[in-house]
Amino acid sequence: MAEITQKDIIKPENLVYRKSKVLTDNVMHYCPGCGHGTAHRTLAEVIEEEGLQSKTVGVTPVGCSVLMYNYLDVDFQEAAHGRAPALATAIKRLLPDRFVFTYQGDGDLAAIGTAETIHTCNRGENILIVFINNGIYGMTGGQMAPTTLVGMKSSTSPFGRDQKTMGAPIKMADIVALLPGTCFVTRQSVNTAAGVRKLKKALKKAVEYQKKELGTCFIEVVSNCPSNWKMTPVESNKWMEEHMFPMYPLGDIKVPAEE
Amino acid sequence: MEKELKLMKGNEAIAEAAIRAGVDGYFGYPITPQSEIIEYLMEANPEKTTGMVVLQAESEVAAINMVYGGAACGKKVMTSSSSPGISLKQEGITYIAGAELPCLIVNVVRGGPGLGTIQPAQSDYFQAVKGGGHGDYHLIVLAPSSVQEMADFVELAFDLAFKYRNPAMILSDGAIGQMMEKVELKPLKKRNEILPEWATTGKPETRKRNIITSLDLDPNAQEQFNHKLIAKYREIEEKEVRFEEFETKDADYIFVAYGTSARICQKAVQLARKEGIKVGLLRPITLFPFPKKRLNELASQVKGMLAVELSAGQMVEDVMISANGKTRVQHYGRMGGMIFTPEEVVDNLKKFIKGE
Repeated sequence: MAEITQKDIIKPENLVYRKSKVLTDNVMHYCPGCGHGTAHRTLAEVIEEEGLQSKTVGVTPVGCSVLMYNYLDVDFQEAAHGRAPALATAIKRLLPDRFVFTYQGDGDLAAIGTAETIHTCNRGENILIVFINNGIYGMTGGQMAPTTLVGMKSSTSPFGRDQKTMGAPIKMADIVALLPGTCFVTRQSVNTAAGVRKLKKALKKAVEYQKKELGTCFIEVVSNCPSNWKMTPVESNKWMEEHMFPMYPLGDIKVPAEE
Repeated sequence: MEKELKLMKGNEAIAEAAIRAGVDGYFGYPITPQSEIIEYLMEANPEKTTGMVVLQAESEVAAINMVYGGAACGKKVMTSSSSPGISLKQEGITYIAGAELPCLIVNVVRGGPGLGTIQPAQSDYFQAVKGGGHGDYHLIVLAPSSVQEMADFVELAFDLAFKYRNPAMILSDGAIGQMMEKVELKPLKKRNEILPEWATTGKPETRKRNIITSLDLDPNAQEQFNHKLIAKYREIEEKEVRFEEFETKDADYIFVAYGTSARICQKAVQLARKEGIKVGLLRPITLFPFPKKRLNELASQVKGMLAVELSAGQMVEDVMISANGKTRVQHYGRMGGMIFTPEEVVDNLKKFIKGE
């Protein structure tokens, strides 16, 4: 029997995975085990599969994903900290047939940008907000975020978050779901293959709803931060399941009436 | 819409001129004494006629960031506010300057600091011409002194902003915003259908993706970018200075005043000349770029320059830089929303002449 070579294996019919054309070849700066890379990839796949590359304008935040524009091959605007939904509002109003999304972390969306988040959702702007919630400020080095769990240690809550003096973690998805302007609010994760598939499905729904102009779509991705949680990637995923998910349960919070 | 002659408030003239200039979007937040701008636009409802978007934001911060988003799409977008609101917009303005985006910001200035008064002042001069937010940058600053100029400068501001990919500001005040005058409105201009090649409009296969950002983590690259900005500002200083002179030919003394103060100084020139004092007026129309060259020439001719402003003395520093020691320069002003009379200006000119 002839020996099977690598050449025999690499054939189109054997292909089970390929990199999305919407992803660039730039090496991502994210830490090993971080959820951002998977979230980026999933969004890139959706943009490609929905044929939206030439119609997409993305808005990046201030935080770890500030450089997202290096990784997705679509037009991007880089906003000031927390202001992405304001930029996206104007983009969508002035270019209504484009696919417009923001991609924001918890400090950006739930602390400094709270007003922009709430009012963009309240006006029901036809945009998608992707909210990565890992309960910590990543880029600045592990400070307490508005979504940091009670008792969780960070560099600005070294003895653990004290609810009495530092407040309780804020559940943004639940808050925006109360506003009539939002049409689709869901909480997903990217720590398992099944989770990634669910996120992809949610992103595709958001594309559809934006086309139908149903209102704001808000997709929270509960994620991890191995570096600042000071855990290995595997430990951080386990910790996320045990501690983050009870506080931020996965699943749809609000779906359009027609669904 | 044809050419039209109307009696209008300065604020209304800006709003109407914006519609006629083919502006794509206005994003604002109410604040006295300029709320008529957004009220006028909401009532005119240009989305139905020209397609111009008018949106009341949740804050001045959100409004200026909407301007960022719209400007990055290559659209003609603007906002307006008054002093405390303009302070809030500074974050957005510096990002817009850093991302080299064209847009128009209108400041109908009121007295400060803090909440201050709602009466006219010129106390935001430094903020307007020296940058305002963090980092090394300049706005193109136009100072209207009539309702007619409030209308005319909308289009001029956009022309300059797009020419240089730089934010432009109309620096007005509560007096010009609120007073009514005859204004000739231009016929309606069609909105631009072709967007600039740098705009983020969705990436066709024929070009690379466009990225609008003010971030550069490489200090060498950031410095190169700063040099590029400086070169742009020097070019603007070379080519775009605008000013007006009144009775300067034989003048022994010069008032330097803009906006409302310039109107008062024009009367003061007439009063002083009746008393035999040969005084003239230089009215800067562009505050950045400042008419440094012309003032330097005049400094060789005159015995002194009096900067007359509704502030504690801000523009006077640029007059001093322009005169460069060639002549005496002094400031006269009132503050807090109080306005000098032409007689008060003449009295202070006499004191200045006496060396008081």
